[in-house]
Amino acid sequence: MSTVNRAAGGTADYLDQRTGVGLAVKSFARKIFPDHWSFLLGEIALYSFVVLLISGVFLTMFFVPSMTLVTYDGPFAAMNGVEMSEAFASTLALSFEVTGGLLMRQIHHWAALLFMASIVTHMMRVFFTGAFRKPREINWLVGFVLMILGLAAGFSGYSLPDDVLSGNGLRITDGVVKSIPVVGSYMSYMIFGGEFPGEHIIPRLFTLHILVIPGLILALIGLHLFLVVLHKHTQYPGPGRTDRNVVGYPLFPVYVAKAGGFFFIVFGVIALMAGTMTINPVWNYGPYDPSPVGAGAQPDWYMLFLEGALRLMPGTGTEWVIAGYTLSLNVLIPAVIVPGLLFTALALYPFIEAWASGDKREHHVLDRPRNAPVRTASGVAILTAFFVLLVAGANDLVATHFALSLNDLSRLFRVLFFVAPVIAFVVTKRICLGLQRKDRELVLHGHETGRIVRFANGEYVEVHKPLDQYERWLRVNYDAHRPLELLPAEDERGVRRKGYRRDALRARVSRFFYEDRVEPVTPAELAAAQSHGEHDALGGAEHGDPTLLQAAANIKPEHGGNPAGEVVAGPRTPRH
Amino acid sequence: MSHEQTPQIHGATAGGQDLDRADAALPARFEDPGLPEHRLRQADIDPAADKRAERQVVAMFALSVIGTVGFLIAYFALPPGETVASMRLSNIALGLSLFLAMFGIGAAAVHWAKTLMSDHERQEARHPQRSDAATREAALATLREGAEDSGIGRRGVLKGAVVSAVALAPLTVAVPLIGEVGGDWNVSKFRHTLWERGKRLARDPSGEPIRAADVTIGSVFHVIPENLREADHWIEEKAKAVVLMVRMDPRDLKEPTERAGWSYDGIVAYSKICTHVGCPVALYEQQTHHLLCPCHQSTFDMSDGAKVVFGPASRPLPQLPITVDDEGYLIAQDDFDEPIGPSYWERLR
Repeated sequence: MSTVNRAAGGTADYLDQRTGVGLAVKSFARKIFPDHWSFLLGEIALYSFVVLLISGVFLTMFFVPSMTLVTYDGPFAAMNGVEMSEAFASTLALSFEVTGGLLMRQIHHWAALLFMASIVTHMMRVFFTGAFRKPREINWLVGFVLMILGLAAGFSGYSLPDDVLSGNGLRITDGVVKSIPVVGSYMSYMIFGGEFPGEHIIPRLFTLHILVIPGLILALIGLHLFLVVLHKHTQYPGPGRTDRNVVGYPLFPVYVAKAGGFFFIVFGVIALMAGTMTINPVWNYGPYDPSPVGAGAQPDWYMLFLEGALRLMPGTGTEWVIAGYTLSLNVLIPAVIVPGLLFTALALYPFIEAWASGDKREHHVLDRPRNAPVRTASGVAILTAFFVLLVAGANDLVATHFALSLNDLSRLFRVLFFVAPVIAFVVTKRICLGLQRKDRELVLHGHETGRIVRFANGEYVEVHKPLDQYERWLRVNYDAHRPLELLPAEDERGVRRKGYRRDALRARVSRFFYEDRVEPVTPAELAAAQSHGEHDALGGAEHGDPTLLQAAANIKPEHGGNPAGEVVAGPRTPRH
Repeated sequence: MSHEQTPQIHGATAGGQDLDRADAALPARFEDPGLPEHRLRQADIDPAADKRAERQVVAMFALSVIGTVGFLIAYFALPPGETVASMRLSNIALGLSLFLAMFGIGAAAVHWAKTLMSDHERQEARHPQRSDAATREAALATLREGAEDSGIGRRGVLKGAVVSAVALAPLTVAVPLIGEVGGDWNVSKFRHTLWERGKRLARDPSGEPIRAADVTIGSVFHVIPENLREADHWIEEKAKAVVLMVRMDPRDLKEPTERAGWSYDGIVAYSKICTHVGCPVALYEQQTHHLLCPCHQSTFDMSDGAKVVFGPASRPLPQLPITVDDEGYLIAQDDFDEPIGPSYWERLR
């Protein structure tokens, strides 16, 4: 035995005698995880969080979270003699005097943007594939809270440099908080320790940003991953993949290498972005002063939808005075109510869908988005509303870049916010149903081969190649839920049933979800299609399932009145 | 939308009529064909490909080492220096070498895993999440036994005592925190600014007082109260007191009778703090006399009482009544007659 092996063995023995770690290694080292590129989205979130921790610790060594005013005297000549807070001065020092400090600042900022982007896309993956279904509803909620914490982390960190841009962001926050009925003014005092801006907000945000929020995020990431291991990862549908197994590669060594390597890839790409793309050059903005403001200023992308909502809300007639008290609906609706509704809908979606489907089974095989048309359409509708608000949050830049009227753009977005999600819903649902029909057609009639065959009587048909059993399985292996049946309002003795109204609502919601559906092809349907689709058999009998093709092979080509061509051209959905 | 079901109905009837004879033999649903056969990779078949992949992995790790060495060289050789240009150079050198150092490791590990490690798919069984009935029963029994031991069921007074003590104890932290976190909690400070009768209007940020004669038609002044810096909490005061002043042809100015005399010879002064959510309203368009908030595009007409002409603000900007003193300097007649900035619950009380 080599020295290294002896040392490793000795350490393992030492640890196992004190912790019994052998059991954990035995059960986890070769644990199976399924493979798919979309599972990497959550990993990007995790790794950008690690990069945030590393770069964040570096930044805290040099950043001074203080609003005490100092006069700048440093290498950046343009700021010499300017009065600024210590927070801003130390941010300048980080950029100009600490070698690598600017890189770390930019890594931290880019990683934060990537963190939120990967959380949102990961959430989209989980949503559109139905990975939130039983037993993972709790983990969906954990992930949802992580997203909110990510927003809070980004917001609190963004304001720390105390530059004029983030200072105006805080001022907007103050205005939004003040609009909250009854307690708004006091909440503003609570946040700022008195009147805006005060001298407490930077140290307070600092504590939240470097201790409270990351602590909570870490704890919840732990819970999130624990639940992933407990449930075992979901897998995409395919041959051999069921709700009772998990198919993939072992954690050690494949995922140690792949996932561990992916951390370095994410770190590397963030470093590349930070090295080549300037972000938040606070030395151009200057320190916070309550008077100046920049045109064309945008918040970080994840706050843009709130900014857009604030911009779109018309102010005329939306400030109400009730018994002498002021209710600012022009602020409350876009900044509190609209995001509140969007987020609540998102958080509760797994429970709404489970209620509508009545499905109490565990699901470990993911849905193809087309096989859940209303879910997919709802997700796209919410995303569309989000996207309209996002673009509206940059309406001034859109207007200047495309030489459009800012006012017309705002009016257009006001309409789009209501209309676009509805259109997106209908169109997406149509596309999903169309794709499902296309799946049916492929299973029933096979792939077009481009081979044209002429029969003796002059009839031409195109030869279709049947799907092999693996491809067919992918397209038939799903459940088309049916709407829940509503029991009659009165029982057999004519007494009105308790809970009828709730059941009626549930049935209505269930119909909304599942009334329009395309059922998967059954073996009987396939056999029927093949029994009068003789040309299918010409090309590909050798690939098909022999038992099912038996019937087709036994039937002689019929001509003349036989609608063989009709079947090929049969009920067909246009491609999208 | 019942036509959605057409394919299903069509399929069902076709199957039902044509296949009565075959139905009995066919299952209701397709059966899972099971995992497809494993396909070998190039490196599994061809020793040369295997060797090549190994060399590629080594090269990528070597790239990472080069990156790390490059980073250290850049750290010592390229300090950020005195200018934005030297700072950018330092940043890009450090950033690119760090990229190589990290990406090299990552790419090597992933390439290793994908080409050289076993890619035979394995299966593991899943088990239902719920514990079996016996475990559940045992868990309940354990809890019942514990509750029995504690006596909480029998001793009602204990229950009350523990709940009250635990519920009250957090007050020791919460009361001082809530008491202190909002400063003096005196929200009536929103009502007043530094402006008062006779206070001179001064330039922001220099603090020089402004003569009416220096304000030409069409010009815009960012205004603060004179001697702002001598005030306690001058930043908070500045945040409330900033004013935007413009001069226009007096004939363009529409003034309601109750505000007659609030302007001086075409010079009007309005709070610069938006009545929407409080951004400084700073973009003045001379031709239309419109003032635009760059944050959310509320637009105010400076020639007509700063009324809202577009955007999310609901109220006009508060007007500062001004006049001139004996020396020709612009002065305030009084404070604003309403709270400046965004609306809040008690604004009108």
